[in-house]
Amino acid sequence: MAEILIVVAALFSAAAFVMALLRFIKGPSPADRVVAFDVLTIVAISAIIFTALAANRGIYLDVALVYALLSFLGVIVIARFLEKGF
Amino acid sequence: MSELLDIIGALLLLAGSIFLFLGSLGLLRMPDVFNRIQAGTKATTLGTLLVLIGTAFIHPDWGFKLLLIGVFLLFTNPLSSQVLANAAHRSHVTKSKLTTLDQLAEDREENS
Amino acid sequence: MPAPDNKKRDLLILIITLFLFWLLLNGSLAVDVIVTGIVVSALITVLFYQGLSFFTELRLTPAAILAGFRYYVYFFGELLRSNLKMAKIVITPSLPIQPAIVRVRTRLKSRMGRLMLANSITLTPGTLTVDMQGEWLYIHCVYRDETAKEQDTHDLIAGFESYLEVMYG
Repeated sequence: MAEILIVVAALFSAAAFVMALLRFIKGPSPADRVVAFDVLTIVAISAIIFTALAANRGIYLDVALVYALLSFLGVIVIARFLEKGF
Repeated sequence: MSELLDIIGALLLLAGSIFLFLGSLGLLRMPDVFNRIQAGTKATTLGTLLVLIGTAFIHPDWGFKLLLIGVFLLFTNPLSSQVLANAAHRSHVTKSKLTTLDQLAEDREENS
Repeated sequence: MPAPDNKKRDLLILIITLFLFWLLLNGSLAVDVIVTGIVVSALITVLFYQGLSFFTELRLTPAAILAGFRYYVYFFGELLRSNLKMAKIVITPSLPIQPAIVRVRTRLKSRMGRLMLANSITLTPGTLTVDMQGEWLYIHCVYRDETAKEQDTHDLIAGFESYLEVMYG
């Protein structure tokens, strides 16, 4: 029962990932792409947690934590860059 | 007992994933950058938090690390969307035609 | 420049905060972990005191702590409520939005208070802080009624502000 629910949940996350990716491809402005990138990273954190559940290994959570940290810095840096104009 | 916790956790995971899905759907459907930030980065924050809580139900021993990720997300997500919105506004992205009022642009013009 | 007594208290709060963070990160209470944690927290606090000082603007009176709890309860309720509202807008085929950027004046004085206010506003969907200039906040709303645009905008932040005022001032 629980396993089926988790698989359905993972499928919803995958669909979220695909839609954010569509926005990333479509743009149209650089700002739209950065927003899409931000959403992609947030969904990716959930994806890493699903992976940790599937593999039953808690160590993967450290990956999620470091990824959250790095993507935050990345978005901030790109936003600064955006402010000055591409 | 642990089976019940597993099912509660799985339901929370499902709810979180649905919010992730709706957030991305908003990102795809909204007409301009600001509304995309609104729909995209915040419904997904709640979605991720629910996923974290659901995982904590299934694996109580991961609780501390999940809490840390959650606290971190609660601080960084709003900051990055604020910085993004500010950068977008400064770089004069086109706003949706539906926008009725922009007092920030008015005030910037007055000051310059 | 804060009085020496205040500075000691601030340093202590910072060290304890960083140390708790370190413990969460490690998830263990071994002696070597604790010793490393204390040394590193103390080092960071002493080296970066100027940059971190706004963390200690929290008041530690019983009233402030109570307001803190009520703030978090209110915050999570609001987070859930506004996410559902946003979900409804997104799945409605006609996409009923009427965006506007409005300015709101806040009564909060401390930096941490204003930061928390801006973050709370941003995390509740439907409103997004675009810019802060002194006591003025610029907030983007997904749906702002045209008839309401001339009236007082303070209702957007009133809920969070009343708690944060007690917590930070």
